[in-house]
Amino acid sequence: MADVTLTERLRPYRVLLASRARAQMQYRTSFVTDILGTVGVGLAEFAEVWIIFHNVDILGGLDFTSAMLVFALSNLAFSLADMFVGHLDQLPRYIRAGQVDAFYVRPLPLLAQLMTSDLSLRRIGRLSVALVVLTVALTRADIDWSPATVALIVLTVVSGTAIFSALFTAAGGLQFFLVDGAEFTNAFTYGGSYAAQQSQQVFPDPLRIFWTFVVPTAFVAYIPAVAILDLPGDHLTPHWLAWCTPLAALLAWGIAGLCWRLGTRHYQGAGG
Amino acid sequence: MVHDVRHVPNVPLLPGAVLLGSVPLCARARPTVVKTFWLLVRAGFRRHSTYRLALLAGMTTNSVFGFIRASILLAALASAGTSIGGYDAPTAIAFVWWGQALLGTVNLWGFAEVKDRVRTGDIAVDFLRPIDPQLAYLAGDLGRAGINLIGRGLPAILLGALLFDMAPPPSAVSWAAGAVSVLLAVVVAFAGNFVINLLAFWLVEIRGITLLWMITGGLLCGLYLPVPWFPDWLRTVAHWSPFPSMLQNPIDILAGRVVGTDIASAVAVQVFWALALLGLGQLVLRAGRRRLEVQGG
Amino acid sequence: MSIDSAIIETRDLVREFKKTRAVDRMTFSVAPGEAVGYIGANGAGKSTTIKMLTGILKPTAGHVRTCGLDPMRQRVEVARRVGVVFGQRSQLWWDLPLRDSFAILGAIHRLDDQATRARTDLLVEQLEMGPQLGTPVRSLSLGQRMRAEIAAALLHSPELLILDEPTIGLDVLSKQRLREFLVAERRERGTTLLLTTHDMGDIERLCDRVLVVDHGRLAFDGTLTGLAGTVGAQRVLVIDLAAPTADLDDVPGATLVESESDGLRQRLAFDAESTTVAAVLAHVSSRHEVRDLTIEEPDIEDVVRLIYAASSRT
Repeated sequence: MADVTLTERLRPYRVLLASRARAQMQYRTSFVTDILGTVGVGLAEFAEVWIIFHNVDILGGLDFTSAMLVFALSNLAFSLADMFVGHLDQLPRYIRAGQVDAFYVRPLPLLAQLMTSDLSLRRIGRLSVALVVLTVALTRADIDWSPATVALIVLTVVSGTAIFSALFTAAGGLQFFLVDGAEFTNAFTYGGSYAAQQSQQVFPDPLRIFWTFVVPTAFVAYIPAVAILDLPGDHLTPHWLAWCTPLAALLAWGIAGLCWRLGTRHYQGAGG
Repeated sequence: MVHDVRHVPNVPLLPGAVLLGSVPLCARARPTVVKTFWLLVRAGFRRHSTYRLALLAGMTTNSVFGFIRASILLAALASAGTSIGGYDAPTAIAFVWWGQALLGTVNLWGFAEVKDRVRTGDIAVDFLRPIDPQLAYLAGDLGRAGINLIGRGLPAILLGALLFDMAPPPSAVSWAAGAVSVLLAVVVAFAGNFVINLLAFWLVEIRGITLLWMITGGLLCGLYLPVPWFPDWLRTVAHWSPFPSMLQNPIDILAGRVVGTDIASAVAVQVFWALALLGLGQLVLRAGRRRLEVQGG
Repeated sequence: MSIDSAIIETRDLVREFKKTRAVDRMTFSVAPGEAVGYIGANGAGKSTTIKMLTGILKPTAGHVRTCGLDPMRQRVEVARRVGVVFGQRSQLWWDLPLRDSFAILGAIHRLDDQATRARTDLLVEQLEMGPQLGTPVRSLSLGQRMRAEIAAALLHSPELLILDEPTIGLDVLSKQRLREFLVAERRERGTTLLLTTHDMGDIERLCDRVLVVDHGRLAFDGTLTGLAGTVGAQRVLVIDLAAPTADLDDVPGATLVESESDGLRQRLAFDAESTTVAAVLAHVSSRHEVRDLTIEEPDIEDVVRLIYAASSRT
C-alpha cells in the first residue's frame, strides 16, 4: 500500500456516496415527490423576493434583476452545500444511533465518513430553481461580459458553497456539546442563508459587520453581485472585495475546523 | 423560506396514548370531559417545558430571523416612501415580532405523531379511550402552544418591543381579541394538520401532501411577508385558504392594523375555519375508524 | 509472551466520568489467538474499556495498546487490524441489499474488488448467508443480521475480533451456529477473540479465559472452572434412582443437597477439584440402580454475584 494514488484514496468515498444515491433512488415515487417538494421550496423562497418587488422598485440599492442575481447565487451555493453536507447538523441523531462509534472503528477520518454518509439528492429541485433564476438574471442584467466576469461567477459559486459547507460543519462540531441544540445552529446556517439572499444594505451597520466578517455570508452573493453587475458599492462593498470570497471561505473553514476539533475532543473525553 | 422549517423544535405533539392512558377506563371514577381536557392540557404543558435548552435555542433562531425580516421590511417601506398594504414602520415591526412570537405557538409545520400511530395501528388504542381522540390531541396541542407562547413568544415580543419602534396593540379590546385570535389560530392549525395526518389511513405515503401543505401554508399564512402585500390574485388564493387564519389574522389584530368592527370579521373567519376543519376532522376520523374496523385493526 | 507481541495490553487503565471511575486501574494482556470472555454487570465498565481499546475514548490515565499501537493516536491503523461487532447497533447499511454492505466495506478497507468478492464468498458460505445476500439489511431477522455483522467485521481479515453482546436476543439454534463459526474461525485463522456477554453459554463454548469486571475493577482473570472454584461454587449431580433410596450422604467428595420423592431423586453437590462426576456416579451406581442423571453447573450468575461479593469485601 506504498503509493496510493488520489483516485484510490477517494475510492471509499465514491463508493459510499454512490450507495447513498442508489438507496435514495430506490423508491421512484418518493424520490420524485421529494424533488418536487424542494422545487416548491425554491419557488416559495423566490416568491418572497418577487412579492417585495411587486410593491417597490428598489430594495437596498438593488432592482428586481439584481435582487434575482443575489437570490440565485446564494440559493445555488446553499443548495449545493445542503446536498452534500446538510445532514451534519443532525449529528445527535448519529450519536444516538451509535453511528459515530461505528465510524471510529473504520480506517477513515470521522468527518469524511460523516460527510459521505448522506447525499440529499432531492435538493436538486431547489438547485434547479436557483439555476433558472440565475440564467434569467444574467440574461436580463446589463453585464459587461468578460473572462473575468465568468471567472468571478464560478469562483463565487464554488467559494459560496464552501462557506455554507463550513457553517454546516461548524454546526456539526457544536452538536457534540449542545443537547437539543440543533435549533441554535440553525440560526446561523439557515439564518445565514436567509441573510445571504438579501441586499446587505438593508441591514444596519452592526448587523452588516456580523454577516460580513463574523459569519461571512455576505460574500456568498451580495458582494460578488455588486461587482458582477458593476453597481456602485458602498463603504463596505468595494468591488475588489468580491475576489476575496475564497479568503472568507478559508476563514469560515478555520472556524469550522476549530468547532469540529473541540467537538470530537469532547466526545472522546480528551482534554478533560 | 424553508430556513424556518427546522426552526421549530422537532418535539412530537404528545404521545397520545400516554396522555390518554392517564384517563381511567373504569367507570368508578369517571371524570368529566372538561376536567379530562384540562388534565391533558396541563400534561402537554409540562411535557414541553422540559425542553428548556430547546426553547433557548429557539429564542436565538427567532431573534436572528426577526432581525433579518425586520431589516427587509423597513428597507422596503423606506424605499416605497409610504405605507404598503396598510403597514407603516411600527406596524411592520409588530408584524415581524408577533410573527416570530407566534411561530412556535401555532403549529404551522405540523406533527407526524398521529400519522405514525395510524401507520403502526396504535391509533386503535386511542379509539378505545373514553375521550374523543381529536379532542385529546387538541388538548395536548394547546398545552404545547401554551408553553411555547410563554417560553418562546414572550421573549420574542420583549426583544422586538425593546429594540425596535414597535406598534403596541392599540387598546384593551385589541389585546383581548388578540388573545382569542391566537387561541383560534392554534386550533385552526391543529385541525388542518390533524386532517392531513389522518390521510395516512388511505394513503401509504403522505409525504407529498405534507410537503405541499407546509410549503403553501408557509407562504400563504403571512409569515414571511404580510398577506396584504401579495399581488391581488395571490391574496385571493390566500383568503380562500385556512392559512391566514393561522397567523396573519392574530398578527393583524395585535399589531393594530385591524381595528374596530374589522376585528370581528377577522375573528369570524377564524371561527369558520376552526369549526370547518374540526368538523372535517371528525368526519375523516370516523371514516378512518370504520376503515380500521373493516380491515381488522 | 513478550509485551510486544500481545494483541491487547493495558496497564493501570483508568477512565473517569465526572465523579465516577468507569474503569479503575485495569491491567491485563491478551495474547494472539486467545479467546477471552469479558463478564460484568451492566455499567461495570466493559463498553468503556472496549471504547478505549478501539480509540473511541481517551483514557484518563494508564497505558493501553491494541495490536501494539496506541488506539487514540493511531486509530486508523488499529481499525485496519481490528473488527468490532456492536451487538445492539448495526454497522451495515440497512436500506440496501446485504451484498452492497460487503462491497462498501471492501472499498473502505481498500480491498480490491477481487479480494472483496473472495472474502465475501468465503464468509457467506461459512455463515450460510447465501440466500440473504439480496435482502435489504433491515429485512433480515436478528439471527441473520448478527451473522452478517460478524461477516462484515471479518471482511478485512482482522487479527482481533471484538464482540459486544453478539448473542443477545438470539434463539438457541442461531447462537449455536454463531459459536461454531467463531470456534472454527479461531482454529483456522488464529483470530484473537474478545467477547462481552451475559450469556454463560457463550463463555463456556468459546472462551478459554474469563475476565470479570466489577465496578471498573478486574475482579477475576482466569479459566471458567477456576472461576467457579475460586468462589467455592459447586457442580450438582442430579441422580434419578430406580427405587426409593435412603439419603446418599456417604459419597466421598460430595455433599447431599436435597432428596426428593422419597429418595427417588437426589442432588449431590461436589467440588470439581476434589472429585469427578465419574467417581461420584461410580460410587452411587455400585450400590444402587441409577435410572438417569443430570449435571447442573453452578449458575454463573450466582458465581459472578459471589465474585462481586468477594471483591467488594477485599
